[in-house]
Amino acid sequence: MVLKLVKILIFPGFSFLAIYGMFLEYLDRKIYARIQNRMGPPWYQPLADFLKLLGKEIIIPADSNKKMFKILPIVSLAAVASAFVYIPVFGNTSSAFFEGDLIIVLYLMTITTICMFLAGWYSRGVYATIGSVRTLTQMFAYEVPLFMALLAPALIAKTWSITGMTAFYEEHPRYILINIPALFVALISGQGKLERAPFDSPEAETEIVSGVFVEYSGRLLAFFKLSVDCELVLVASLISAIFLPIMTDIAVLDFVIYLLKTIGILIIFSLMRSIMARFRIDQVVKICWRYLTPIATVQIIINLLIRGLLTL
Amino acid sequence: MEKVDENKERAENKENEENKESKQNRETSERNRIVIPIGPQHPSLKEPSSFIITLEGEKVVDAVIGVGYVHRGIEKACESRTYIQNLYLIERVCGICSHTHSTAFCQGIEELAGITIPRRAAYIRVIVAELERLHSHLLWLGVAAHEIGFDTLFMYSWRDREKVLDVLAEICGNRVNYGINTIGGVRRDIDSEMMQDTLKMADYLEGQLKYYLDLVMTDKVLSARLVGIGKLSREDALKFGVVGPVARAAGIMDDIRIIEPYAAYDEIPVNPVTDTHADVFGRTVVRIKEMLESLEIIRYSVKNIPDGDIAVKAPRRIPAGEVISRTEAPRGENIHYIRSNGTDMPDRVRIRAPSQANWQGMRHMLQGQYLADIPITIAAIDPCYSCTDRAIVVNSESGTEIMDWQGLRQYSIEWYKKRGIDVSLVKMPERKFYA
Amino acid sequence: MIKQRIGKIINEAVKNFFRKPATISLAKDKIQIVKNYRGKLVYDPANCTGCGMCVRNCPAAAITIVNEGTKEERKMKATLNVGHCIFCCQCVDSCPKKCLSYSQNIDLASFNKEELKMQL
Repeated sequence: MVLKLVKILIFPGFSFLAIYGMFLEYLDRKIYARIQNRMGPPWYQPLADFLKLLGKEIIIPADSNKKMFKILPIVSLAAVASAFVYIPVFGNTSSAFFEGDLIIVLYLMTITTICMFLAGWYSRGVYATIGSVRTLTQMFAYEVPLFMALLAPALIAKTWSITGMTAFYEEHPRYILINIPALFVALISGQGKLERAPFDSPEAETEIVSGVFVEYSGRLLAFFKLSVDCELVLVASLISAIFLPIMTDIAVLDFVIYLLKTIGILIIFSLMRSIMARFRIDQVVKICWRYLTPIATVQIIINLLIRGLLTL
Repeated sequence: MEKVDENKERAENKENEENKESKQNRETSERNRIVIPIGPQHPSLKEPSSFIITLEGEKVVDAVIGVGYVHRGIEKACESRTYIQNLYLIERVCGICSHTHSTAFCQGIEELAGITIPRRAAYIRVIVAELERLHSHLLWLGVAAHEIGFDTLFMYSWRDREKVLDVLAEICGNRVNYGINTIGGVRRDIDSEMMQDTLKMADYLEGQLKYYLDLVMTDKVLSARLVGIGKLSREDALKFGVVGPVARAAGIMDDIRIIEPYAAYDEIPVNPVTDTHADVFGRTVVRIKEMLESLEIIRYSVKNIPDGDIAVKAPRRIPAGEVISRTEAPRGENIHYIRSNGTDMPDRVRIRAPSQANWQGMRHMLQGQYLADIPITIAAIDPCYSCTDRAIVVNSESGTEIMDWQGLRQYSIEWYKKRGIDVSLVKMPERKFYA
Repeated sequence: MIKQRIGKIINEAVKNFFRKPATISLAKDKIQIVKNYRGKLVYDPANCTGCGMCVRNCPAAAITIVNEGTKEERKMKATLNVGHCIFCCQCVDSCPKKCLSYSQNIDLASFNKEELKMQL
């Protein structure tokens, strides 16, 4: 019981998630800066930002729904943290698992997006409202290809548990290759999920200031930013757990491989962020529905056929 | 013929249908309209200016443009300073195109005083003007890339702009507000080491600029964000009287360097750059090609610069008269009007910065755009707010009213009094100017 | 029609990733300024006649020169308000005796407004 609590709260649970989230943010900013031929921030910058925001005054707009305004950052962070429990980090099993935890993780991931939408909606600002509407529009765009891409490998593995899938692919490493189109779709729609450039129109700085976060300040903003960082870790680890289940059965070595995998995915995310201009929201919807969803659908059909062949 | 008629009919039918639809939808659509303010403080605006945008969903229905937040009264301040002091004041009309303003001012005064500047001085003016155009357009390219969320291109073009600024600092002694012009010539000579550095910079920049041109032409994401945005056709461009790259992107060649050569432009070959896209993409292409043209002009003038003096002595008192002087700023045509009354201070100075002409078409360009395209549409005219701002009192009760200096001062004191601040008690620091 | 591609800048991006950054750390490195940069004024009172041309032409009314001695035995004192100075160096051009020149000293920031008024 105590071990389980330590696992959930400290390692590889929430504390690790927060620290690794900040580290990945630093790495992301550094890579982004170096690609742009800049120095980039020092290693402690995300932590310094977080601590500084903690000490700042909180201003709550008079028109906003104050209870929701205060609660949403915490809910968002809690949703990411609880989703992270189901992802294998140290060793090949996660802290908690059961049949169907993949679906739970996907829904918990959606909660953070919904939290952002509600945060923008309840802060009643013009920019925040537009940002929240865009957040929701974008969610409808990327959600379908992302979910289809993440669920496709589960069809072959015949399990809805991430740990189970990892175990299956460990036994049959050749099947990983089948899922490469889904990996491609997941990487792009994952970028959309994280609302990073080129899919950052919900928080486009030059258009709607910072979208849903525009009225947030102080501690509340700090928690929102932390939840965004943690979301980055969550998406990277989810993709690495589902599509790149390379395991050695030695827990420490697995952990190192996990770090390498997530950093590798982050590098792809950062590169994607730096080589493209921001898409308009209508272009985002078009890309997701016209290109990504068909690829994901084809993947699902292929996987269903393979599954049928396997059972024969 | 028939085909045309058919098309017309079809268009009319479509229009009728649209009208019917719009009647039905008018109520719902008007309820769905929201008004959002962009500015006076907004991350996409580099200077304060207000755009009240009426949106229907993500589409812009109407835009009200309010400029005037950074009016500094430079024209009035010119009247209480000598011509020498005014040089440095005029240079600060715009931080980016400062050289073109001081060139226009100097040219006007030289014409009034009847002095001809040495050829070497004219060539140095051209070199600095073209370097300034380079750094202004590179700055614009960066800002435009930032407005569409392409920060990598933003950083690259500003990195290259730094090289131009280094050369400018070496030739003029400062990165911006160069202070190289003086009445009757230029203040600093250009030596062979500076020329070598300039040519070296030009070689480096040529490669970079060709890369940027290729990038803008062939990058799919960039063209998805730039093509068809902020359309201003040739007819509209003429109607609104836009100048500079905005007009040239619509196919109107209005380059003052060619139409009315000043300084040494009559000896230097300048090729006109125009485009037919008439949108933000066209403006981007025009600006990058203009930079390549500027490099050619710099190379030509560095190689062909004549020897001789760099300045002639100018009188302190300028003979009475009035003059209009035009130059080609990076943003378009720049006009200075100077009236002298025979003393060492001008009687009236009127500056028409290019941005002022370009504002007129802004509302037209914004209508029908997406909200996401507003920043790039505004940025595409390369607006310079503080050069443009004018003060005019519009009183809705008594119509327009023109105030003199004293009246304006009294008005401002009363305006602040209403808000509980009595500025008439504030002692102004004594700033003495020698006449 | 030119063939268009998504993310064309990627080659340059990867190349720049391994290149030395173009920016410098302001805390560690020193800013390089060019040779002719106009910095703080330098005043040489030996030849100064106190004609006041520099004071007269200064666009920002930043420089003042007073004679603290007698007419025969001059003791010229120049004060520069670097808070007002725009570093145009018109005074250097205006001086008929070439008593003024500029240096490359640009570190003139101060926490105190009074310290900006410098004795040259």
